[in-house]
Amino acid sequence: MPDSATLPGLEDALALGLTAAEYGLICEKQGDAVGRAPNQVELAMYSLLWSEHCAYKHSKKLLRTLPTEGPHVVMGPGENAGAVDVGDGIVCAFKVESHNHPSAVEPFQGAATGVGGILRDIFAIGARPAAVLDSLRFGEPFDGDDAQRGARSRYLLERAVAGIGHYGNSIGVPTIGGELYFEAPYEQNCLVNAMALGFAERDRLVTSAAVGVGNAVVLFGASTGRDGIGGASVLASAELGADDDKRPTVQVGDPFEEKKLMECSLELLQRGLIVSLQDLGAAGLTSSASEMASKGEVGIDIDVAKVPLREPDMEPFEIMVSESQERMLCVVEPPDVDAVLELCRKWEVGGAAIGAVTDTGAMRIFSGERLVGEMPVRALVDDCPLYDLEPVKPTRTPYPAPKALLSQNIPPSQTLLALLSCPNIASRRPLFEQYDAIVQSRTVRRPEQADAAVLAIRPLGTHARAADGGEVLDGAIPAVAVSIDCNGRRVAADPYTGTVAAVLECASNLACAGAAPLGTTNNLNFANPEKPHIAWQLTEAVRGLGDACRALGAPIVGGNVSLYNESAPPHGPIYPTPVIGMVGALPDARHAGRLGFARAGDAVAIVGPFAPSLLASELAKLCGGELPDGLPAIDVPAVAAAQAAIRDAVRAGAISSAHDIAEGGLAVALAECCLGGGIGARVRVEAGFFGAEAARATGRGEIWSGTSPAAAATLFGEGSGAFVVSGGEDALRALAQRTTVRIVGTVGGETLLIDTGADEAAIELELGELRHAHGALAGLFA
Amino acid sequence: MRRFGGPRMKFGILQFPGSCDEIDALHAARRVADAELLWHGDSDLKGADAIVVPGGFSYGDYLRAGAIARFSPVMESVIEFANAGGPVLGICNGFQVLCEARLLPGALLPNANLRFTFRQVALDVVDGETAFTSACVKGARLSIPAKHSWGRYYANEDTLARMRARGQVVLRYARGENFNGSSDDIAGVRNERGNVFGLMPHPEHAVDELSGSTDGLCLFASMRRTVEDRAACA
Repeated sequence: MPDSATLPGLEDALALGLTAAEYGLICEKQGDAVGRAPNQVELAMYSLLWSEHCAYKHSKKLLRTLPTEGPHVVMGPGENAGAVDVGDGIVCAFKVESHNHPSAVEPFQGAATGVGGILRDIFAIGARPAAVLDSLRFGEPFDGDDAQRGARSRYLLERAVAGIGHYGNSIGVPTIGGELYFEAPYEQNCLVNAMALGFAERDRLVTSAAVGVGNAVVLFGASTGRDGIGGASVLASAELGADDDKRPTVQVGDPFEEKKLMECSLELLQRGLIVSLQDLGAAGLTSSASEMASKGEVGIDIDVAKVPLREPDMEPFEIMVSESQERMLCVVEPPDVDAVLELCRKWEVGGAAIGAVTDTGAMRIFSGERLVGEMPVRALVDDCPLYDLEPVKPTRTPYPAPKALLSQNIPPSQTLLALLSCPNIASRRPLFEQYDAIVQSRTVRRPEQADAAVLAIRPLGTHARAADGGEVLDGAIPAVAVSIDCNGRRVAADPYTGTVAAVLECASNLACAGAAPLGTTNNLNFANPEKPHIAWQLTEAVRGLGDACRALGAPIVGGNVSLYNESAPPHGPIYPTPVIGMVGALPDARHAGRLGFARAGDAVAIVGPFAPSLLASELAKLCGGELPDGLPAIDVPAVAAAQAAIRDAVRAGAISSAHDIAEGGLAVALAECCLGGGIGARVRVEAGFFGAEAARATGRGEIWSGTSPAAAATLFGEGSGAFVVSGGEDALRALAQRTTVRIVGTVGGETLLIDTGADEAAIELELGELRHAHGALAGLFA
Repeated sequence: MRRFGGPRMKFGILQFPGSCDEIDALHAARRVADAELLWHGDSDLKGADAIVVPGGFSYGDYLRAGAIARFSPVMESVIEFANAGGPVLGICNGFQVLCEARLLPGALLPNANLRFTFRQVALDVVDGETAFTSACVKGARLSIPAKHSWGRYYANEDTLARMRARGQVVLRYARGENFNGSSDDIAGVRNERGNVFGLMPHPEHAVDELSGSTDGLCLFASMRRTVEDRAACA
């Protein structure tokens, strides 16, 4: 029997983040199983597996409402990553995960290990990681009154970007896209979400379920140290206090170690040497081994004395909960153990058989001969209580109005320049230039070339080769497009509609590249769900997520939840931020879309059910507008129809460019199309052009931007489902059979000229002026 | 000995733990010839007619870029191969390795901006008659991506003067494109003998229309021509 001389008590359980009731339940389960309260090892393991991070105890009931099945889904939620069929026997595995709290404490390592963790999830199912995208949120970088506050946000941004680049660049996985917003509510709780995707042959996928009683359990990769102890419960499942010194619980990443681990894992799988595979992430060995046992409905014995250690004298519980990075756990048939360890030596990664699969249904932890912990797998993994949320819509928004940075009465040209240079819209080039976007030779569209990144499924050049070598074939080059997005301010204004809009935005991005959605991943970043108004945000957002994914036929194949992203007053909760990642199929990369205008003389059209509104828009924010209570409803089928029309036109090569209208509205979208192609345009959009839509949705009529409220809404209003498209006029008119098309102008010249009818040249700006404004973020990395 | 119409020439692409662009280089080389990977721990070059030392972070590059890789068994063979006149191309980390191995003059220092930077750059072909550029046109401008943290080419003034006099500067960043602060805008250099060449930008990432440029292909084609011409003369 385990040593029960000095059993921990309730106080220890509370310190580990458990509630008194949860501790009581654990004592009951352990009493039934081993006849006593949990000892130190057991309590440590329960506290991690019963943490919010591992047990999803405040979100699991909601997540069960999401659509997870569809014709393309090969692997759904519950595995290390989801996977969709992309044809020809190949699957695309993908997932997004957060590393928010570690990044707030130590942004470089926090972000780097976030990338490392999500990459391990991809190769844990047997796919070779092919791309990373990131989704970042920070406080305002330029805070007029308080230089220090802006400086902290800039520091977090700079170090997080450096960390992502350090890891992704060094391991040879391209970072092909991402998104970034700056908003005051993220000042104390930045968000660092990383998405990865990879490709595998369908019949080579591996699951994490431990199988085969008597099989060996092999730990391989880096050695185990004291880093990140208790990360899952301490960092990921509680609000961060302002003065907590939590740096020692942040893990440190080593991309070279992970590169070897990745190559080793993939070669082990390719040679058929392992039965199941699981990465070690949050909660280390505890979580990996228990979840493998749970999925396989078996027991596992582990001997911590066999775990290669980075430092001597580690306690058994420390070994079990360490979050040292770059480690994997696999199940191996006994005759293959030597071959597995031999391959580990080839790749210069550590490897040790540390345990065995049993039929006991228990996790048993040994230290040599001594049994130091014994827990029923079911109690550990499945019996954590799930909580019902108690959602209540707040009577008023918990978010203070942003600081007004822009006068409402400046001329439209000045407004456009202000928008182009504002941190949420300015070019992301200073960030993405720090990432390798092309390694692995799949990248067909890099950042700022199209609304979504486009990756050929096979490396470029390998399609064009016939089996006998050398002969070039003229065939289609199948590809995927991928996008990640979420405008948290819009979700804060209306959690349901804002989340629907985020899903639609991803699908619109895919449509502009020519891709149709196959599946979706999500990272729900929210504040404390035990508070009724946060519970309401979460509930409404998940409802919107489910509805939108169902409507688009883009089921959820995996995701992650990050709660408790809030700080004590005056800081408060983050904006609710359900980050959406979507992968779509593109039959032929040779017809991948572009966002920039391409040819002088092309017609310019606004396509789709555009209903621009200044509510919760970027312009409203710059003018200091309070968050509205609700956003205009979205006609989802109409948006989906517009997306389909655009997608088919792109695939057919019928149009020259397509770009969706998002933050900053039509004027910003037009400017981006001009900058993307290095060519101007002449456009006429009369105030009230969008008729009742604009007038109804204008909301804050006092924003009139030197013209009129209707003109301001037309130029700068935001809404889902509209696109700026260029091409031959006939091709654009042909789209009218399927969606709304308004031909508004012509591509050409060195100037963007927008005429609003009332005002012959409401906006007239040279490309150089647009480019200068759009380059405003360069100063952040000077 | 090879003849026209005989077996195709073969590239050997080195693979270190931490190499990232070796598969890209393999596919690029295969567009013009045969190619195979050569494992770092194995000193056998497997009959390769030309060697590519690829990009990445060999052995993690924790000491100094390229500093460890030069001591690997395969590099000992490559140094022998180079000393015997065999063509060797170093790309990015491979360029760093060749400088560390003293097969090429100068050194690569951290970029002037002290950051990893990825950018499509324009390169001017200074010399179109080397073993690595004979299929390019002198004065041609190549669009090739660069991506590195340690890409600032440095050599002292005497060395630079000697290199210029001996025609060892093969590629330069076009005006305004030298983002890393390299001496004399140098992007690619050869050794005195002309059989070893290194550059920071990545020609293997500019061999397919869909990547936006095929300008890198001429470097691989030049190497093939060099090997085949030599075989034809022999």
